[in-house]
Amino acid sequence: MSLKVDEIIGVVSSVLDETQKKRGTLIHAFQEIQKEQNYLPEEELVKLSKELDIPMSDVYSTATFYKQFYFTPRGRKIVKVCTGTACHVRGASKVMDALKNEFNVGDGETTEDLAMTLESVGCIGCCGLAPVATINEGIIGEIDSPKLSKMIEDIKED
Amino acid sequence: MASKNNTDIKSLVIRVCVGTGGLAAGSQEVIDEFTKLLKKKGVRAEVLKKCVNKTGCRGFCAKDVLADVIVDGISHTYQLLTAENVARIVEEHIVGGEPVEQWLVGPEYHAFHDKQTKILLHECGHIDPEDINAYTEIGGYNGARKALTMKPENIIAQIKDSGLRGRGGAGFPTGLKWEFCRNADSDQKYIICNADEGDPGAFMDRSIIEGNPHSVIEGMIISGYAIGASFGYIYIRAEYPLAIERLKIALSEARSNGFLGKGIFNSDFDFELKIKEGAGAFICGEETALIASIEGKRGMPRSKPPFPAHKGLLGKPTVINNVETLATLPSIMTKGAKWFSSIGTEKSKGTKVFALTGKIKNTGLIEVPMGISLKEIIYDIGGGMEKKNRTLKAVQTGGPSGGCIPAANIDMPVDYESLAAAGSMMGSGGMVVMDDLTCMVDMSKFFLTFTANESCGKCVPCRVGTKRMLEILTRITEGKGKSSDIDLLLELGKDIKLASLCGLGQSAPNPVLSTLHYFRDEYEAHINEGICPAGVCKSLRRYTVSDEACKMCGKCKTVCPSDAVTWEKKQKAVISKEKCIKCGACYEACPFNAIL
Repeated sequence: MSLKVDEIIGVVSSVLDETQKKRGTLIHAFQEIQKEQNYLPEEELVKLSKELDIPMSDVYSTATFYKQFYFTPRGRKIVKVCTGTACHVRGASKVMDALKNEFNVGDGETTEDLAMTLESVGCIGCCGLAPVATINEGIIGEIDSPKLSKMIEDIKED
Repeated sequence: MASKNNTDIKSLVIRVCVGTGGLAAGSQEVIDEFTKLLKKKGVRAEVLKKCVNKTGCRGFCAKDVLADVIVDGISHTYQLLTAENVARIVEEHIVGGEPVEQWLVGPEYHAFHDKQTKILLHECGHIDPEDINAYTEIGGYNGARKALTMKPENIIAQIKDSGLRGRGGAGFPTGLKWEFCRNADSDQKYIICNADEGDPGAFMDRSIIEGNPHSVIEGMIISGYAIGASFGYIYIRAEYPLAIERLKIALSEARSNGFLGKGIFNSDFDFELKIKEGAGAFICGEETALIASIEGKRGMPRSKPPFPAHKGLLGKPTVINNVETLATLPSIMTKGAKWFSSIGTEKSKGTKVFALTGKIKNTGLIEVPMGISLKEIIYDIGGGMEKKNRTLKAVQTGGPSGGCIPAANIDMPVDYESLAAAGSMMGSGGMVVMDDLTCMVDMSKFFLTFTANESCGKCVPCRVGTKRMLEILTRITEGKGKSSDIDLLLELGKDIKLASLCGLGQSAPNPVLSTLHYFRDEYEAHINEGICPAGVCKSLRRYTVSDEACKMCGKCKTVCPSDAVTWEKKQKAVISKEKCIKCGACYEACPFNAIL
């Protein structure tokens, strides 16, 4: 992978020195790798460390700081259950528990066949529809037990 | 009225709400159905192209999907639409000329809007956020155009005169912040838009960007010019894909119109903007952490001073303004400081956007003048409690950094000073309404879990302190609290506030301290009597039926998942202690509050 540093940071590059430029692209590079590979494989991070001339310890330290990045492969369906204030009040934990039991995974875990990853997330910004969950890009609001059963079916469908 | 046919309609506009709330409620299906049926009905093609206009959030998410059907300029608004409703609207309203009364918005919709003062949200839901012309047609970018003809010092003076204070939470005067940065000597300065909206329960910034992204860009041009910055960043959380998408469209449209780039608006001012996606860290909403993150480092705050206005991004003077603050600027430029300062209270000017959520009837996004009372917000705009048989207990403002205002104080005006005096804060604008079924200890635990998780770990008071407070709260909710725990929480809370490095730690104890102040009896009930008065804390639950209050309706038996309720017609219900799994379904279902 070769990084087009100037392209990523745009016009700002004219006022930055080389070190600043490289450093500034680091998080963007993580995002690009993860978009392609679904997670941050170690060998990619090693390559990135050499390319940007940033020590591996520093690369790893930065990547682990942010919740967005993963270091193990992820499921094909990412199920996020909102546990923000409004959802919490309207029973998000019931949704979470039901999914944990059904798929035998914990929060943040992926099923062995990589079919799904279950995660609790902070507010996703549609509290009016609490409790809310997402399966990949799709949003499911006002989850009651019929909707929950439907959700479980949807997740199982490949 | 079958006599009226399609050709009589000269113009037809259908506006369907496609904010995140609308999309979740199925607005795309509604749009597709309208498009399909209108084609079938043979409504002329040139009308059809314009007929489905995507609009941003209008703030009344509880009634999604909302849609305006505008026939020859006469608008009717429908609520709670699904794709199945569309056929009848097309048949009776568009073709027949008779709106479908039963699906039209009711008095609630109007009550929801009447007490609001919409400056920022005025265009949200009415203009197409993906079309720059929709914004310029209503006077968009005139504020920036005007600003570029003025001296930067005069712009700063005008913003100072307007009394605008930062909408991100702390309420620092915007004009003053700019002046610090303007006066700092440097070859390069930066303006950053903080769109890292992370408070649970808050979605103001997202809705503004989704509904009217150009207002934010225009605000950044104005502030960039005023402080002398030719580059700007919009730091937005990656969890808002729709907002990011619309910003990208808006940026490229602004660029091709000559509003961004070299010599914008035919002046000699160069201005360029770039989007930086956050990577999921609440702490990055803090100014210095946000800067570290843009620089590609771990998003950890540093001590201040030096303030970012002197040494910010890459060591250069930087102003960081919140989305709402920036989106307010264009109207201050065009309508003047006097107009703006005529709204609000003595020290808090203008309007504030809140995300009204929780156990309230009308949840959604609202914009109100500063100084309005909480009571007006809850009962007039919010329509009162979600369930009629429940009473208001408290209102939480300011999210994990704020606190609770008890029901007894709801006549209080909403402004920076009053909220702070009550032990809460304005915060970014989350407003969660709680009823008597909300346990204040559980609520504090919830917020502390959030802050303890999000603490970056740099300073000890925050890293260790929030963790210890959380442990104490957890044991109280599990019925293992000690009598010394309240004093310990107070002491820890005070120390964390005093000794933490940044705003996260300095405000993290607020939810605990404010509930301890107003609802100390609830903590004591948990610790001393082993009771959770709201019936929330699982370990402390013991459900019984009150003989006096039970009206023998049997609802509790219907909802019980573990068959623990014994009930026959004309008999009072009994709950078996052995079979009860303490899920609380009966408690919530009982219309007479007979389950204790």
